[in-house]
Amino acid sequence: MTPFPFAAIVGQDEMKTAMVLTAIDPKIGGVLVFGDRGTGKSTAVRALAALLPPIQAVAGCPCNSARPEDCPDWAQVSDMSLVERPTPVVDLPLGVSEDRVTGALDIERALTRGEKAFEAGLLARANRGYLYIDEVNLLEDHIVDLLLDVAQSGENVVEREGLSIRHPARFVLVGSGNPEEGELRPQLLDRFGLSVEVTSPKEIDTRIEVIRRRDAYENDHAAFMARWQPEDAALRERILRARAALADLKTSNVVLHDVASVCLALGSDGLRGELTLLRSARALAAFEGAGDVTRDHIRRAAPMALRHRLRRDPLDDAGSTARVARQLAEVLP
Amino acid sequence: MTPFDATSGPHRPTPSPDPWAQLGLALALLAVDPRGLRGLWLRGRAGPVRDRVLAALAPLAPRKLHPFMPEDALTGGLDLSATLALNRLHRHEGLLSRDGTLALTMAERCPPGLSVRLGQALDARPGLSLVALDEAAEEGEGLPPALADRLALFLDIDGFGWSDSADITLDPARIAAAQAHLPKIALPPEVLEQMTRIAASLAIDSLRAPWLALMAARAHCAWRGGQALDERDLTLAAELVLGHRARAFPQDTPPEDQPPPPEPPENDPDQAQDREAQEPQIPDELLIEAAFAALPPGLLARLQAAKAARIAAGSGAGTKRKSMARGRPMPSRPGKPGSGARVDVVATLRQAAPWQAMRRAARPDAAQGRLLLMPGDIRIKRYQDRTDRVLIFVVDASGSAAVARLAEAKGAVEIMLAEAYSARDHVALVTFRGDHAELALPPTRSLVQAKRRLAGLPGGGATPLASAMQVAFDASLQARARGMSPTLAFLTDGRGNIALDGTPDRAQAGADATTLASAIAARAIPALVIDTSLRPKPHLSDLAATMGATRIALPRADARAMAQTLGAALGGKEG
Repeated sequence: MTPFPFAAIVGQDEMKTAMVLTAIDPKIGGVLVFGDRGTGKSTAVRALAALLPPIQAVAGCPCNSARPEDCPDWAQVSDMSLVERPTPVVDLPLGVSEDRVTGALDIERALTRGEKAFEAGLLARANRGYLYIDEVNLLEDHIVDLLLDVAQSGENVVEREGLSIRHPARFVLVGSGNPEEGELRPQLLDRFGLSVEVTSPKEIDTRIEVIRRRDAYENDHAAFMARWQPEDAALRERILRARAALADLKTSNVVLHDVASVCLALGSDGLRGELTLLRSARALAAFEGAGDVTRDHIRRAAPMALRHRLRRDPLDDAGSTARVARQLAEVLP
Repeated sequence: MTPFDATSGPHRPTPSPDPWAQLGLALALLAVDPRGLRGLWLRGRAGPVRDRVLAALAPLAPRKLHPFMPEDALTGGLDLSATLALNRLHRHEGLLSRDGTLALTMAERCPPGLSVRLGQALDARPGLSLVALDEAAEEGEGLPPALADRLALFLDIDGFGWSDSADITLDPARIAAAQAHLPKIALPPEVLEQMTRIAASLAIDSLRAPWLALMAARAHCAWRGGQALDERDLTLAAELVLGHRARAFPQDTPPEDQPPPPEPPENDPDQAQDREAQEPQIPDELLIEAAFAALPPGLLARLQAAKAARIAAGSGAGTKRKSMARGRPMPSRPGKPGSGARVDVVATLRQAAPWQAMRRAARPDAAQGRLLLMPGDIRIKRYQDRTDRVLIFVVDASGSAAVARLAEAKGAVEIMLAEAYSARDHVALVTFRGDHAELALPPTRSLVQAKRRLAGLPGGGATPLASAMQVAFDASLQARARGMSPTLAFLTDGRGNIALDGTPDRAQAGADATTLASAIAARAIPALVIDTSLRPKPHLSDLAATMGATRIALPRADARAMAQTLGAALGGKEG
């Protein structure tokens, strides 16, 4: 069955905006969605996969290279033609083995023909696309270490059995989880560009609308898709337009100053906060068709870009969202 | 006495005519629509009664699954012996890679990782359904929430004796007829709205619940051969699906969650007219009542206790850790031998086996018949170990805690220390008097040291309670960071009069203490407050409530009574 349409997801606007922003500018670096059970976290990710514009890739390349000359040697790509394929959205299941993540020696060829060959893993398949980890806070530590390393360098290196393999692995990390089940290591938290918190809708009408659309999706599938697919297509067009507009977008010194002072006031560690805030404010402006980035864009992007980068203050139990809002009100009146 | 007797007023449960028949009906619904209902949470000890229930499920042909199955049994993997014998790649199929019904035994011991995997598998594969056999005996145990949320039905068979039960036979022809009938039953918009509203008024957050209830109602309608959903279907669905998920009584819910007063559903201009003619409206109260009728006595309290325990236990993140030496075995990992790690010989051999032909080709000079091992083959064993608990005693040595009580507190701590020693717990000691608190003893297992520090503890001076809470809080966070599970035990009379900055400002001291108490609660650090004052004051119980701590008033207790209370309270907390 075709996935639930992205545009048909009721409410959860911040989550949807965050996902659209990473689709406009993958350099923002991923989204972390934390929240209650049954709020449509994984539905949104599956929907995003169907929404994303296709990419051009070499047909036979295991890591979706854009040009024939980018294909790694070890892949021995025979089909060098360029094809259009959906943006990869690769699932990284819990309990996955390291071999499957990084790729390993091709066991079949080793057994049957006694040959050394490399079998690409999930990181290769996710190149130029998305890597989705559901319940990311339960991921085993050694897989987290591995991801941190690859996300940092954008390259996957495998040294095994005398093979030395490297290939590009640039992907947008999307994680979801339920904070009740455990916290995320700060190092991994920092790798996510944006973070959003989702809760179960409180208004009864919204809840009814969710159930109503679920019913239509399950029991009147064709009509439901016919109703919503045009909206998804329109959103896709808007994302493509925003991507094109990104380069011409003007960022004034005032805006840069605003970005820096917000981050300074919040005491977010490192410069990653500034960069992500600026990028996501730019993507937001481009999405809305604005000619330049304004203070309003920053104000709206800041909670997503900064709430997971705050220093822990054990004496402040107001929650990081409230802290960001408080500082924003002070610094950007 | 049931927990809702006192509070429910008009929503007094109406007992079902025959609980066992009801149970049989629930099983029939699962047999009719496993895809829609996703499964069953069956609570009860293994025994003849449970066997009867499982026998009824035999037509679903459930495949057994237990919480500690290796990874490749779930997802499939290389079948090494077949591969080597046939000299071509041979994989065996995993339990999750095929449609059908799974039966998870010992579901209460299902680790979070597995429950999430199963939940994901259920989401990804609509043809998969799950029967979770929960043998929870103690409070705080139960099905992991990731699964409980996804399975529609809940049945508790602990109340049934052999003589209350009977064999259940589900007529296969009737099931087949119901299955054929199922897609023809529509979910009218007003029914959809009503179920959503009911679920919200029971404070059920997850939006899966109303949907699963609707699926149950539909399955029941098909099972009884009805043409459209009616009252019977909806009340049964509310009982079976919403009852055990209820988190509040409707009158307890905050105003924004209140269902609108029962009113005729808004007229859907194009289609509602004819439907209203044939469907009597069911008042919301009836369904809510049905949901409550499904609650066995004490269940609500038990569920709330389970939730509290999960939060108090720090939710698994810090309570288990990986160990190289002891504990429950986990899948082995590549690694280097040495530094205390043990080589998993079998896993290493399995890892090396497929590559032998290739390696031999590369090294023709190698001796025949000898295994060619490479450093990358080596697998080391890992175990999952329970984390050590650290008890942090925070002892008031100020003048307000009279000298006699200080001696009693010391005695209680010593007895606790002895118990902690036998349980291999760590202990730490924070004392406070004068203008500040200090960590008199960092976490240790040394009983002797703890005793010595305690004995030398002088009394007298002001009560810097806030400072003591700060020190204890920092110590617990540090303990957590080192993978230990901290528990705080305060022994004080609670009349703090020194603020965090050391000034004798009673108002500021109180405010500081409250702030720290909520910080402790926010981090879900289990805590216990023993009130040693002669006449217990309300402000200490307020502080304990803010901290989420158990408070025990002990005026005139001897050391042994105090230690027993402490031990009982802490033991209960750890589950």
